[in-house]
Amino acid sequence: MGKPCVHCGTDCGKNPVVWDEKEFCCHGCKTVYQILNENRLGAYYEIQPMSGIRIETGQPLRKFAFLDLDEIKDKLADFRDGNTVRVRFFIPAIHCASCIWLLEHLDTLHPGISHSTVNFPQKEVAVTFRDDQISMRQLAELLASIHYVPEITLEHLDRKKIRKADKSLMLKIGVASFSFMNIMMYSFPEYLPGGDLLEQKFKHLFGWLSFILILPVVFYSASDYYVSAFKGLKHKIISIDLPISIGIFALFFYSSTVVFSGQGIGYMDSLAGLLFFLLIGKWYQGKTYEALSFERDYRSYFPVAVTRLSDQCETIVPIRELKKGDRILIRNQELVPADAVLVKGYGSIDYSFVTGEALPVAKNQGDFIYAGGRQVGSSIELQVEKAVEQSYLTQLWNQGGTKKDKLSLNNHINFVSQYFTAAVLLIAVVASAYWATVQLSVAIYVFASVLIIACPCALALTVPFTFGSTMRAFGRRGFYIRNSDVVEKLYRITTVVFDKTGTITLNRKMDVDFIGDSLGIEEITLIANVVRHSSHPLSVALKEFLPHASELMPERYEELPGLGQTAIVNGKRINVGSEMFVTGQHTSTTMNESRVYVSVDGRQAGYFTFSNSYRQGLPTLIEGLKKRYSLHLISGDNDGEEKKMRAIFGDEASLHFNQSPADKKQYILRLKEKGENVLMIGDGLNDAGALAESNTGISVAEDVFSFSPACDAILEAASFDKLEKLISFSRTSFKVVRRSFIISLIYNVIGLSFAVSGKLSPLIAAILMPLSSISIVAFATLSIGWFASRQLKKDESVR
Amino acid sequence: MEAILFLIIIGVIVAGGFLVAFIWAVRSGQYDDDYSPSVRMLFDNKIRSKDENEISESNNNN
Repeated sequence: MGKPCVHCGTDCGKNPVVWDEKEFCCHGCKTVYQILNENRLGAYYEIQPMSGIRIETGQPLRKFAFLDLDEIKDKLADFRDGNTVRVRFFIPAIHCASCIWLLEHLDTLHPGISHSTVNFPQKEVAVTFRDDQISMRQLAELLASIHYVPEITLEHLDRKKIRKADKSLMLKIGVASFSFMNIMMYSFPEYLPGGDLLEQKFKHLFGWLSFILILPVVFYSASDYYVSAFKGLKHKIISIDLPISIGIFALFFYSSTVVFSGQGIGYMDSLAGLLFFLLIGKWYQGKTYEALSFERDYRSYFPVAVTRLSDQCETIVPIRELKKGDRILIRNQELVPADAVLVKGYGSIDYSFVTGEALPVAKNQGDFIYAGGRQVGSSIELQVEKAVEQSYLTQLWNQGGTKKDKLSLNNHINFVSQYFTAAVLLIAVVASAYWATVQLSVAIYVFASVLIIACPCALALTVPFTFGSTMRAFGRRGFYIRNSDVVEKLYRITTVVFDKTGTITLNRKMDVDFIGDSLGIEEITLIANVVRHSSHPLSVALKEFLPHASELMPERYEELPGLGQTAIVNGKRINVGSEMFVTGQHTSTTMNESRVYVSVDGRQAGYFTFSNSYRQGLPTLIEGLKKRYSLHLISGDNDGEEKKMRAIFGDEASLHFNQSPADKKQYILRLKEKGENVLMIGDGLNDAGALAESNTGISVAEDVFSFSPACDAILEAASFDKLEKLISFSRTSFKVVRRSFIISLIYNVIGLSFAVSGKLSPLIAAILMPLSSISIVAFATLSIGWFASRQLKKDESVR
Repeated sequence: MEAILFLIIIGVIVAGGFLVAFIWAVRSGQYDDDYSPSVRMLFDNKIRSKDENEISESNNNN
């Protein structure tokens, strides 16, 4: 173990990069330190030590040449006034106080930048700069140079100013709390002994003031409930919002008649308080992960622009302008945006985002290349066959596009509310019919009282607070759900379907084995010094596998794409690569494992084998899930690993190999037709259709802010082994919901017994309604917190 | 009793003032980001000059 890097805190290893007597893990980190130090921004390291961002070598380089295009610049800019431009960049790397500090001191790095502000939850920085001093491209490159790489995709161009939806809820809560507090003050005298001695003119005044104050609450703050109840009725569903709306109107009209007749305030305070609590519950439930996107489509993955070749000159064009027949140039680490044919160069296409498979696929001239792959190696020229919108991947995506909204209306709580509404109306009718035989005025009063007190406030608060707390408990453990409905969806699943590559196997890590004559230490050192020059995934894996060796400079080094590497180190020729390249023969027939052959000074030493390594805790996870759910595996790969998978998944599980993305989607559909409730766990674009088709889709991501296909939930790869516990926690949430229902039922029985006997007074309502609301909220949040700390043991390694 | 009337009017006006302030705060985006302002207020406005930086660094090294 070496010292931690001054910039990013990564272990520097044995050969740190040293500058200014400080140790760095890589040149990238050192460069950032230099830039900051020269510009007197050293405080970056004081606010939060080792807060820097490490850029992995071999990660795709982002180029910002497209930011010179006027069309794209105009779309990105928030506003422009002469030379002053304001732009917002999404920077996923923002993670701490130091980031805020540095990004808000950008003006010291360049005089053209006048102002910058960070929005932390959205991971955005808004920069105001002078166009004539620093171009947008230079600005993006400046940010990238200090490792805050802006992410600019097609999606960011298309949707720009969509938010604000959240603000109206805030305003509604504000209005409700204002009215609630004031009305409570006016109601207070009525609850005190001798309250009825209050002078008549004050009774009038308080009544009318309350009436005026309640109007915005009833007609503005509560408006969402009426809309939702009405929508439910149109779909012939009695949602929970219907009894709430009935209760609100019953309270409002009854209290209004009390005010008009000059008898006092009625239940205005209870009404305002009720709505205040309901809205708070809505807000608590609705708080989501702003920086995460659950509805990404191909646009958030594709680049904004690409280099087009025409008459020997290169122009950068937005990818939407690509037409069939265009020639495009794809450089190292650039993405193929449309289905195309390779015209010139040697293609080595990394489809890891699409399939999860880490090894690049070799392509020769004339080969067809699907969109979505990333070129690894030298530049290639392609001829576009289909426009971006018509490409295979895009089509695949659009097929899966219809996400089911219907389910959320048909959930548990609405099921209960149907019976609840029916029962309340029945009680109200029966009770008032009884009283009608005694006295008609009492009958009307009883009818209103039943509707008032039976308002399902406790019932309506249970779900937001239980699921809202569950969602937060999940989030703290690296499991981010799209909204709180997903808790219920998880509860309902009967079948779990896994994708293989990238989901249960690790993307960037492979198990390496050596088969052949034993290698001496010297030979290992020589091989290590050859492979460290290549960025091919197998070379990287091999470098990781070989024991750390002293660095030697090869006298000659050459990498032959698709074949291997040859070098002379210490006077010895080392060949590393494919069997054909190293031994000159072609014997191996199995395609199931990757092999790298080695020869040292003409001696055939043997070969390394590479196989997928599985995520930690996979066997225990499967073991746990097996007990309750039927398990399936659908993989796009061949069946080479069937035996291994069978050992893990057991005999009952059905394993399927060689499945295309469309097959996966069909498979999910068939399971659903059989009446199964399917949970799909996938990672790449090839799972997008299946994830959208499934009842619940979870996407596993190494970095939750980077790309993941549209889904219901994103699971941090580090928390993969906890998945079974997380799913079973949804059952605990339901247990809490059921218990809260019982509590709220008890309150309702008490309240109704007052109401039907015609003894409900504003005082009883004023005590019972807030008491039931608050106790339900407390019960739901506290019990979820308690169960979460017991059942989901917090792991320190997870943020 | 006129005092109560007076107080009530003042009470509504003051509370209404706060409501207006709240609406303004929400509209102007002060609730959009509930983390960075808490950090931002602790930052020094002044960027230290190079000499000071070196002095503090040599102190750190000792």
